[in-house]
Amino acid sequence: MEWRWSWVWELLPQFIDATGKTLLAAGGGYLIAVVLGLVLTLAQRTPWRPVTVVVRELVEFIRSTPLLLQVFFVFYVGPQFGINLSPWTSGLIAIGVHYAAYLSEVYRGGIENVPKGQWEAATAINMSTVQTYRRLIIPQALPPAIAGMGNYLVGIFKDTPMLSVIGVAELMHTANSVGALSYRYLEPYTMVGVLFLAISLPTAFFIARFEKWVRRKMGM
Amino acid sequence: MSYIEFLQDYGGRMVDGSLITLVQFVLATVVSVLVALTFGLMRLASNPAVKGFATVYVEIFRGTSLLVQLFWIFFVLPLFGITMDKFTAGFIAVGLNMGAYGAELVRGAILAVPKGQWEAAKAINMTPAQRMRRIILPQALVIMLPPWGNLVIEILKGTALVALISVTDLMFQARQINISTFLSVQTFGTALIIYYVFARFCVTPFMRAVERRMAFKIGRA
Repeated sequence: MEWRWSWVWELLPQFIDATGKTLLAAGGGYLIAVVLGLVLTLAQRTPWRPVTVVVRELVEFIRSTPLLLQVFFVFYVGPQFGINLSPWTSGLIAIGVHYAAYLSEVYRGGIENVPKGQWEAATAINMSTVQTYRRLIIPQALPPAIAGMGNYLVGIFKDTPMLSVIGVAELMHTANSVGALSYRYLEPYTMVGVLFLAISLPTAFFIARFEKWVRRKMGM
Repeated sequence: MSYIEFLQDYGGRMVDGSLITLVQFVLATVVSVLVALTFGLMRLASNPAVKGFATVYVEIFRGTSLLVQLFWIFFVLPLFGITMDKFTAGFIAVGLNMGAYGAELVRGAILAVPKGQWEAAKAINMTPAQRMRRIILPQALVIMLPPWGNLVIEILKGTALVALISVTDLMFQARQINISTFLSVQTFGTALIIYYVFARFCVTPFMRAVERRMAFKIGRA
């Protein structure tokens, strides 16, 4: 089977458009994950034990079950209770919650890396908990967490094809429908792979550069 | 329909699916370990062609989605005369993908073995193969086992994707049952719990036990 360049050029505008949607899904999901992940981390640090235990186990649950299954769960469970979520909404919720669990582990690692003396010093100069986090802990916890956060940004991008199963019209979905119409899968799937590489490799490179830059800025 | 009745009617299919998932998981893990060892060692080779090939492999498989790779292997490879049935294509794709991540763990762990160990092995006149097999790899194994614990869970989760090429695993059965009953909470909820229990109470404790056993064997516990 030979490779048809003419068809590739014909498909390209459609695929570029779908790449935009993939990036939108990844960006939206990541935004949810960054915020919700912080909530999950802080909830595990409250002094109230039942909350910490339940949230800890919830994070483990989300991390040890397949994203694909979670996507189906969010999409199909709503209608059973009369709530209809669009594919986009349920897709973003599923992928956002999934990665929130991963990011909360990254934050947790960052916070636990801050030496204990810093907490004690904050208590000694009478800082409130909010002040301690905002002015002392988070600025020190963030730089080491950047590498992990960056890895999961690339990770969420690579997991967006799973949203195609509930009909989010991103890159994989486009390739599937083009392939099904023409019975040719060589070009569409190869293009998806190449587009993914073209985005994820430079992103990973720039994240590594950014991490170095932040470390230098913070004098670490 | 109560949940008990639901389990009576559909529990059997869930169990069938779980067994397929289990087999896919074990086979994909075996493939991952082989791929990780091969490419992890190749990444450390001094020959630039060998090293370059391994780097390209790792970057391609880590830079694109598992789903894309799975579909490519299943739908596109037959065009080049490499035809696999869906079951084989499933665990091969998961194994090749996760093996690329594993290769980085292998490489990192080998580099983390103290330099003195390499020098000592050389001093007592071991061949490079002996040195790798008897001195470096056992110590690297202990270093890389904890991150492998996470990777193995990723492999388990990755096998859920084989349902999309119609391998009748747990994910596939859950989808089928959902289509015919519309009892989404029960079907997907049960499947989620099965994955969770298997990962959290079987795979993770097993990996921890292996970690302890290996650390003990080389005298670090």
